[in-house]
Amino acid sequence: MLSYAFRRVLSAIPIALIAVTICFFILRLAPGGPFDGERALPPTVLANLRAHYNLDQPLITQYFLYIGRLLQGDLGPSMVIDGFNVSDLIRIGFPFTLTMALSAFVIATVIGLLAGMIAAVNQNKWPDYILVLAVMLGVVVPNFLMAALLQLWFGVYLGWLPAGGWVTGSIAHLVLPVTVLAWPHAARISRLMRGSMIEVLGTNYVRTARSKGLGERLVLARHAIKPALLPVVSYLGPGLSYLLTGSLAVEQIFGLPGIGKYFVQAALNRDYGIVLGTTILYMFIILALNLIVDLIYAWLDPKVRYR
Amino acid sequence: MKFTTAIKAVATAGAMALMMSTAASAVTLQLHNGADPGTLDPHRASGDWENRVIGDYIEGLLTESASAEAIPGQAESWEISEDGTVYTFKLRDGIQWSDGTPVTAGDFVFAFQRLFNPATAADYAYLQFPIKNAEKINSGEITDFNELGVKAIDDKTLEITLEASTPFFLEALTHYTAFPVPKHKVEELGDDWTKVENIIGNGPYLIKEWLPGSYVRSEKNPDYYDAANVQIDEVFYHVLEDQAAALNRYRAGEFDILTDFPSDQYQWLQDNMPGQAHVTPFLGIYYYVMNQEEGQVLSDVRIREALSTTVVRDVIGPDILGTGELPAYGWVPPGTSNYVENAYHPEWADVPYEERVEKAKALMTEAGYGPDNPLTLQLRYNTNDNHQRIAVALAAMWEPLGVNIELFNAETAVHYDALRSGDFQIGRAGWLLDYNDPSNTLDLLKTGVSQDGTMNWGNNYGRYSNAEFDSLMAQASTELDLEKRGELLANAEKIAMDEFAAIPIYWYVSKDVVSPKISGFEANPKNIFRTRWLSKSE
Repeated sequence: MLSYAFRRVLSAIPIALIAVTICFFILRLAPGGPFDGERALPPTVLANLRAHYNLDQPLITQYFLYIGRLLQGDLGPSMVIDGFNVSDLIRIGFPFTLTMALSAFVIATVIGLLAGMIAAVNQNKWPDYILVLAVMLGVVVPNFLMAALLQLWFGVYLGWLPAGGWVTGSIAHLVLPVTVLAWPHAARISRLMRGSMIEVLGTNYVRTARSKGLGERLVLARHAIKPALLPVVSYLGPGLSYLLTGSLAVEQIFGLPGIGKYFVQAALNRDYGIVLGTTILYMFIILALNLIVDLIYAWLDPKVRYR
Repeated sequence: MKFTTAIKAVATAGAMALMMSTAASAVTLQLHNGADPGTLDPHRASGDWENRVIGDYIEGLLTESASAEAIPGQAESWEISEDGTVYTFKLRDGIQWSDGTPVTAGDFVFAFQRLFNPATAADYAYLQFPIKNAEKINSGEITDFNELGVKAIDDKTLEITLEASTPFFLEALTHYTAFPVPKHKVEELGDDWTKVENIIGNGPYLIKEWLPGSYVRSEKNPDYYDAANVQIDEVFYHVLEDQAAALNRYRAGEFDILTDFPSDQYQWLQDNMPGQAHVTPFLGIYYYVMNQEEGQVLSDVRIREALSTTVVRDVIGPDILGTGELPAYGWVPPGTSNYVENAYHPEWADVPYEERVEKAKALMTEAGYGPDNPLTLQLRYNTNDNHQRIAVALAAMWEPLGVNIELFNAETAVHYDALRSGDFQIGRAGWLLDYNDPSNTLDLLKTGVSQDGTMNWGNNYGRYSNAEFDSLMAQASTELDLEKRGELLANAEKIAMDEFAAIPIYWYVSKDVVSPKISGFEANPKNIFRTRWLSKSE
C-alpha cells in the first residue's frame, strides 16, 4: 500500500506541471489585462507597471521566471491586491476556508449518512418523504439565495445570529455560512446513502443474515452499512474539494476572509499571480483528496485491495 | 491541582469580563467599505474604498473638512506667489509619525519623488502632473529627482513650484497621491512599510489589523494634533461588495454606515427607515461613447444627433434605476468648481419628445437609413444589472428610428480593453472626477496624441477630435484669470456637445445609508466623510 501511495505521489508531479503550464498560457490568451480598469493609464505609468511585474518580457521568459520562482515556493506578487503577495493571501485566507469547508463537510457527512439510512429503512413512509423535501430544498435553492434568506431570517428578523462578518473564535459567526455550505452536500450524501442502502438491503447476503435470525440492528450494523458506504465515499473526495472551492457566494454574502473569492475575482481582474496560485493550491488539494479516497476505498473494499 | 485550575479559570473569566467592559466603553464605528483595499500605500491606491482607509491614517498638507472642502492639514498655512506658480507651505508644530519621528518637509519631498519615480508605478501619479517636471520624471525623461518642483526650505517649510498656474492645485493636494510617507520607514523597508506590522501614520487613526476579504481595523491616534476633538475610538472598514447583504447587515445593526445600497431598495428605505438613506449628486457622469473613427458609421454627426436626442433621460434616474439620478445633457457635472454659472443646456432638451423623434427620423433618412434600410449597431457594456437595464432601455428608445441594437456585455477588463482599442460602435463608460475642476471631464474629449506612429487616445474612447475644442482647452490651461478660464472651458464644452461627441446619460449620485446613531455626517458632492468628524451615540 505504501509503494502504491508513493507511485501516486510521483505521478502527480508531471500532472501538476502540465496543469500549471496550461493555466499560465490560457490566462494570457484571455483579452484584457490586470491593469485594464475603468480608466486608461498614461502609457508611461502602464509601462512602469508592466515592467514592475515583468509583463514586458516575452511570454516564454515570463513562464520560466514563474516556474523558477514556483520551484522555490514563491507564488509571486498579486497584481491587483498590492499589499500582499500571493503566498500571504493564501496563508491568511486558507485557514478560514478550511475551517468552514471541514465543518460543513463533517456536519454534511454525519447528517447525510444518518438521514440516508433512516430514509432507506423507512422507505416510502413519512420520514422518507420529509427527507425528500429537505433534499429538494438543498439541491434546488442556489446557495446565494439560501445565504440571503438565512441572513434575513436569522440575522435581521429573529436577530438570533450575526448576519455576517468574522470575529476570531466566534462559533456564532460560523453557523449561517456553514449551514449554507453543508445543506446541499448533506442532501446529496443522503440521497446516495438512501439509494445504495436500499440496494444493499435487497441483496442475498442480507436476506441470509436475516434468515439466520440476526436482529435488524445487527443486520444493518454488520452487513449493510459498510458496502452501502462505497458510493458515498467516492463522492466525499470531490465533495470536499467542491466545498473548498465553492464557497465564493458564501464568503461574499457573509463577508468572510476565505480564498474562494480570489479564484473568481482574480480571474475577472486578470490577476495572473493569484489565479495561478489558487489553481495550484486547489490542484494539490484535489490530487491529495483523490489519493486519500482511493486508499479508503482499498480499505473498505477487499476487491480493490487485492487487485 | 484542581483548585489552582479553578482559580485560573475564574481569573481568566474576570480578566475577560474586564476587557469586554473596557471594549464596550470604546466607541466603534462599523463602516461598510465595499471592495477589499488593494493596498494601503497612498501612492498605489486607486479606489474610494482605499481612500476611506488611507485618508484616516495619513494626512496631507491639506485635508478635507466634514463637508470635504480643502482645509489646512499638516500645513497650518501657505502663501502663493503672484503668478500662481510657487506655493510655500508652513508645517504645523509638533506633528509626528506614530513611531514618534517628527513629520518634516523632507518627508513630503521624499513622497513626491517616490510618487513620480517610474519604479513606483503609481496609477494616479498624473493627478499631480501640474508640479514642475513631474511628468518628465515619471516618463523617465528626467532621471535626477532633485529637479522636481518640490523642495524643503527647512524642516518646517516646503516649497512647491508648478509648471503653470493651476487653480485647483490646493484641492488636488487633499488627494492621497499628495500624502507624505515616512521617509525613514520606506528607506528601511521598501514596499513592505505598509505591511500591518510595520505601518505607521500621521493621521487621526492608525491601522491595527487587516484581514483581507473581511475588514481593516484602525484605532484612534492619541498623538494626532486634533486628537482632543476626535470622537470615535475604533473603526472597522468592512469588505462587502454584495449590496443586498450589506443592507441586511445594516438592518441587523452590524453596520453604522453603508456606502452603497441596491437602487431598487431606495423606496423601501425611504418608507421603512426614513431619513437614513442619502442620495447626493456626485461629481461624475455616466455616458455612452460612440466610435467616431474614420470609416465608422458614427463618424456621421447626423446619426449621433439622432441617437443622443432620442434618449429619454428623465425616466432613467427615477424609473429605470429608482434612485433619482439627474438627467445629463452636458459634460461638466453641476456643482463643479471654477466654472461658469449657467451650465450647458441644449435647446433640443426642451423640445417635446415626439418632435425630437420626428427630427431624428429625418436625420436618419438624410444619412441613408430608415425603416427599409435599418441601421444595426452593437452596444457594449460591462456586466452589471444597472448597465443592462439602461442598455435595454436605450435599445427600445432607438427602435422607432429604425436602429437595431445588438447588446454585448463583457466583464470590466475585457470591456475597457475593447473601448481602448477602438473595437466597438457604442459603449458604456463613466467618469468620476478626480478633483473638483471642469478640465477633469473635458480632458476626456481632447484629441489623442501621436506616439511612435500610433495614436494614443487615452480615455477618449470615442476618438472625438475637434481642433477648435483642443485649442480652447490649451488656452484654458494657461489662463490665470479663473473667470476667463471658466468661459473658455464652457465654450469648449458647447462645441463638443453641439457635435454630439458622446451621449451623456445621467449625473452620478452617491448612495449612503447612515444610522441615526451617527452624527457629523455631511453629504457632499465628493462623497468623502472622514471618520474624525463623525461621532456615535449608543
